Amino acid sequence: MTPLVEVRDLRYTYDDGTVALDGVDFRLERGETVALLGANGSGKTTFVLHLNGLLAGQGTVKVCGLPVEKKYLPTIRRKVGLVFQDADSQLFMPTVLEDVAFGLLNQGLDAQAAADRARAALDTVGMSAAAGRAPYHLSAGEKRRVAIAGILAMEPEILVLDEPTTFLDPPGQRALAELLGNLPQSKILVTHNIPFATALCNRAAFFAGGKIIAEGSIEEIVAGFAWDFSPERSKSHS
Amino acid sequence: MHHVVLEQWSRGSSPVHRFDPRAKLVVLLAVLISVATAARGLPLFAGALFLLLITGLRFARVPVIRVLTRAAVILPFTAVFAAVSWLAGDPARAFSLTVKSYLSALAVLLLISTTPLPSLLRAIGITGAPPFLLEVAQFLYRYLFVISEEAQHMTKAAAARGASVRQWIAQVHRFRAAAGALAILFARSYIRAEDVQRAMLARGFQGSLPLLRVTKFRTSDTVFLILASLAPWALRAAAERALP
Amino acid sequence: MHIPDGFLSAPVWATLDVAAVPTVAYIARRAQRTFEEDKAPLLGVLGAFVFAAQMINFPVGPGTTGHLVGGALLAFSLGPAAATVVMTAILAIQALVFQDGGILALGANVLNMAVLGVLAAYIPYSIWSRTRWRKFSLFAGATLSVLVSAVLALSELFLSGVRMPSAVLGVSLALFAVSALLEGAITLAVVQALERIQPKAIRQPLSNRSLVLAMVSLAAILLASVGVLFAAAAPDGIERLGQQAGISSHVRTLFRTPFADYQAAFWQSAFLSKAAAGLAGVALIYAACLLLSRAVGRKRSI
Ligand SMILES: Nc1ncnc2c1ncn2[C@@H]1O[C@H](COP(=O)(O)OP(=O)(O)O)[C@@H](O)[C@H]1O
Ligand SMILES: [Mg+2]
Repeated sequence: MTPLVEVRDLRYTYDDGTVALDGVDFRLERGETVALLGANGSGKTTFVLHLNGLLAGQGTVKVCGLPVEKKYLPTIRRKVGLVFQDADSQLFMPTVLEDVAFGLLNQGLDAQAAADRARAALDTVGMSAAAGRAPYHLSAGEKRRVAIAGILAMEPEILVLDEPTTFLDPPGQRALAELLGNLPQSKILVTHNIPFATALCNRAAFFAGGKIIAEGSIEEIVAGFAWDFSPERSKSHS
Repeated sequence: MHHVVLEQWSRGSSPVHRFDPRAKLVVLLAVLISVATAARGLPLFAGALFLLLITGLRFARVPVIRVLTRAAVILPFTAVFAAVSWLAGDPARAFSLTVKSYLSALAVLLLISTTPLPSLLRAIGITGAPPFLLEVAQFLYRYLFVISEEAQHMTKAAAARGASVRQWIAQVHRFRAAAGALAILFARSYIRAEDVQRAMLARGFQGSLPLLRVTKFRTSDTVFLILASLAPWALRAAAERALP
Repeated sequence: MHIPDGFLSAPVWATLDVAAVPTVAYIARRAQRTFEEDKAPLLGVLGAFVFAAQMINFPVGPGTTGHLVGGALLAFSLGPAAATVVMTAILAIQALVFQDGGILALGANVLNMAVLGVLAAYIPYSIWSRTRWRKFSLFAGATLSVLVSAVLALSELFLSGVRMPSAVLGVSLALFAVSALLEGAITLAVVQALERIQPKAIRQPLSNRSLVLAMVSLAAILLASVGVLFAAAAPDGIERLGQQAGISSHVRTLFRTPFADYQAAFWQSAFLSKAAAGLAGVALIYAACLLLSRAVGRKRSI
């Protein structure tokens, strides 16, 4: 069976000359949830932006067997739902309901059908009550949920979330993990939050310097790169 | 922050909130024009219109006193020109500048505290204003909340570094620092815009903002439009007749 | 200077509104064509930036501060057409949400600040930005934009019959000059800081622009502004001209019949002669503006 996502030797350099991706190889199989770990600036965000064609570097990126090229973009953007790190950038419409319906209206649904599906998606994330509100009055956790609803409404096959626990307090993180755990889609989670990753992912890939330098279980990666926070270790370093 | 308060009021519910934004926009124009062109009997007309606007605010269930105070933000500017006109020997103009600008601001506040700005922008769109301009205004209003919060953090951080020295050298230094802060804010806004653009494309954006709902113009809107547009003119005619 | 409602006489605000609508529509179309894709988010977010920028204070002297107006910075960053669109959106939201400037006066404020203010900023920049006078062109552009906007606003107030003792006029012109120079200094400092952290935020104007045309346009804007100011300070001259030509009285009889008697006084209160004065000034600026937007609004890539 073709993997859901297949990336080979992906390279990307920003306008200013920053080499952000330097030969990334990656696969995502159906039903998997993978954590992307790695230091700030190691290229994780740049990588996920390639998955639905928002950036186009050298190398191959295939989603459900389709190469990420201009003519397949509408299809691919329907299959890959990308939740951005900063929910404020994603919630740009005047009200929550309009925002969640945004993608559906772009797909050509009529207003009534779009509104119904948007309401259903809001229900899934437990935000039905906020439908008529303006996004700027929501808390960080609520914004994140609405942003996810906007993606879920489009019924993607793959969910990609870029640092979804940013700005969330521990109960918010727990609630988010619960919500994501109940969603059937395959997922890619960019995160620094090890407990969060452990709760949701069966596999982890570790980014450094624009490459994936290791893959394995969360425990292996965390142990291999000392990729967690512990007071003893930080003391011994100083 | 002023716009946050207004935004909350505008999402309230009252008969005034429920009228179609297009109807309210026409009424606002009728009120503004009646004020702007009033000459004879102005004090009487102004008093009557003031009461009418207050009645509107009461119906809209927004805090009347706070709106009245808010409308007074234009008074310092007006006061300067009123004083100047007075000095130039035109006290009647001093009076009319003050009264007209205050009433106009009050009328705009009545509209904006009962109509969410995005709905209002859509209503303006029906008059044939360039859609591109209205989209820009919509994004501007949305990100006003985000960017002004960022700016506030920056000014707080600057204040925390004790930027209140008064020497000349310190002033130059502060000027540079403020320029640097603005440049950073600008660069961040640029990145923010790039992000928003990507988020839109990621959800299949085709080039124009889709509309979820087209509001229907009801009979009650028509009745409101006609009555409320005529009301200020009727008051004005009465005021002009009352004064010989 | 944002003119509130109630300050301008009906002929002045009505004419300027009528002039502003097609101007902005034309420029908005131009601005849209400037970019390959829909840039409404960029323009909107930068508009929000200009709003927020006004919260950051710049020291001017002991105890006093000023802040950025922003039209020039936007023009240097986005080009004149897009900057006009952003400034128009800013003015509309200032009028609606912040009671800063009137609704009926929006046409006046848009022409003063968003159209002519932005053009006045952009022209020196497009002339000198590629020479060693670049810094000067940034400073001069920003200074001019505020000065032109303020002088136009003042003229419109005079046209509307606001009177000012000459001492007061002198003081206000001096104040305008100070705030204009401040805008120049702030804009220059911000552009320099910005070029260090994000060079692509400031765009170079196209090189194949006619220098002569730009110089002439700049001179025209300045002359029009100052000319209008003087004409406005002595509007009786224009009024008398209108009456001598007999136009106003002729049109007045035409209009008198359909209007009820209490309106007659209104029409007789020199409405038409003021309209003629207003129209003359505005037609001049409007023609200059159309000419200029043709000259500088030329398509450029991002
Ligand atoms: N728009 C951009 N322009 C230039 N460089 C960028 C841009 N975005 C990210 N970078 C750079 O690319 C590298 C990878 O960044 P990013 O993908 O955001 O990493 P991560 O998400 O892992 O923190 C970093 O060095 C970052 O500074
Ligand atoms: Mg990142």
